[in-house]
Amino acid sequence: MNFTFRRKRISGILAIVPANERTFIEEMKNFNFPESRSLKLKEVMGYDKHRVVEPGVCVSDLAVFGLEHLFKQGLLRPDEIDALILITQSPDYFMPPTSNVIQGRLNLKQDMLCLCINQGCAGFLIGLIQAFSLLEQESIRKVVVVNADVLSRKTSSKDRNSYPLIGDGASITVVESDPEDSVIHANLKMDGTRNDALIIPAGGFRLPSGPETAVLEDVGDNNLRAKDHLRMDGTAVFNFVQTEVPPLIESLLTFAGVSINAVDYFLCHQANRFMLQKLADKLKVPHAKMPSNIVEHFGNSSGATIPITIAFNLSTQLKNHDFQVCLSGYGVGLTWASMLMRLGRLTFCELVDYP
Amino acid sequence: MKSVAEILKEIRPEFDFTTSEDFITDGMLDSYDMVMLVATLDKTYGISIGGVEIVPENFMNLKAIETLLGKYGVRP
Repeated sequence: MNFTFRRKRISGILAIVPANERTFIEEMKNFNFPESRSLKLKEVMGYDKHRVVEPGVCVSDLAVFGLEHLFKQGLLRPDEIDALILITQSPDYFMPPTSNVIQGRLNLKQDMLCLCINQGCAGFLIGLIQAFSLLEQESIRKVVVVNADVLSRKTSSKDRNSYPLIGDGASITVVESDPEDSVIHANLKMDGTRNDALIIPAGGFRLPSGPETAVLEDVGDNNLRAKDHLRMDGTAVFNFVQTEVPPLIESLLTFAGVSINAVDYFLCHQANRFMLQKLADKLKVPHAKMPSNIVEHFGNSSGATIPITIAFNLSTQLKNHDFQVCLSGYGVGLTWASMLMRLGRLTFCELVDYP
Repeated sequence: MKSVAEILKEIRPEFDFTTSEDFITDGMLDSYDMVMLVATLDKTYGISIGGVEIVPENFMNLKAIETLLGKYGVRP
């Protein structure tokens, strides 16, 4: 499915990561796995450090912290926010919507739209597509897109397949109309038949959490996990990304009439370094054009990894210049999406620690 | 230059890879071992094995791995 948006732009990006940093070396002892093999894995996958929230910290805490930071710095006014879109898979509650919780905690105006979207690694693009669509309304002039997840709280620390790469984090992206005649192209695909490739089996209404869903089970490769925990079929997800994402990006570039060499940066969801380097090789894109350093510094925080990639790698350049960028997110659902835009001359582009 | 068997031995020294016809079923290679193997093969032979090729069938025994390398012009 293709999308075209005219006269829309990202005007600011703030990334928020927990100050609490853990290292793979410290955590290796939790895995029932020889140290020498863990060290090899660290090198190839880019496992090093990751940021995880302290117990009890929720998505709304990260979002409120970030928005208050912008208000205090004079980079955004509360009354400017006409819509707040939260994309998360780890809401504070099943009900009410966490977007409303954020609105309430910040005492934002009532004359606004709060919306929650249950999406993951493609969630930054899904949120942007929604925000650009809302900006067609005269009553909506500024949309705040919040991507936030605290999935470390739902990941087994004894699961070497998931825990070392998981990170918590959030981003706040301000989206508004562009006075210039800009065009943004996007495309996306979804395949719900593969919905169990990334899943938390228990805790919803299908399988409510209870004592039996909290029991750690040996799930192979010496990994221990409960049904309450995130389960990732790493091989299936890896093959999904390598098979589906390159043709999606190529199709987007054809749709937009832009050559691959004209793209300055490919800013992709940060699953792990190995996956991204294979993606770059498949697209014949230099590795320097596709940053892959987020898992090693912060971990994979789902939909927030693209804005974190931008804030961590390009914050200085994006304040005064703009670039042709191709964004791409892929994961839970399964969902895969890409977007081509000019990104730059941002009012703010910053990464801050929480708290 | 190292042979494929030598590279495998470095990744999983406890196994003899010359005697198995199915490394995956015999529990000698898991998905992360495959990732480590691909990274090592890429570096050793100066290639980049395509992501879509990283499936168990291509790594189930020495012959399968050598066939895969052959696609990249490598005759180990």
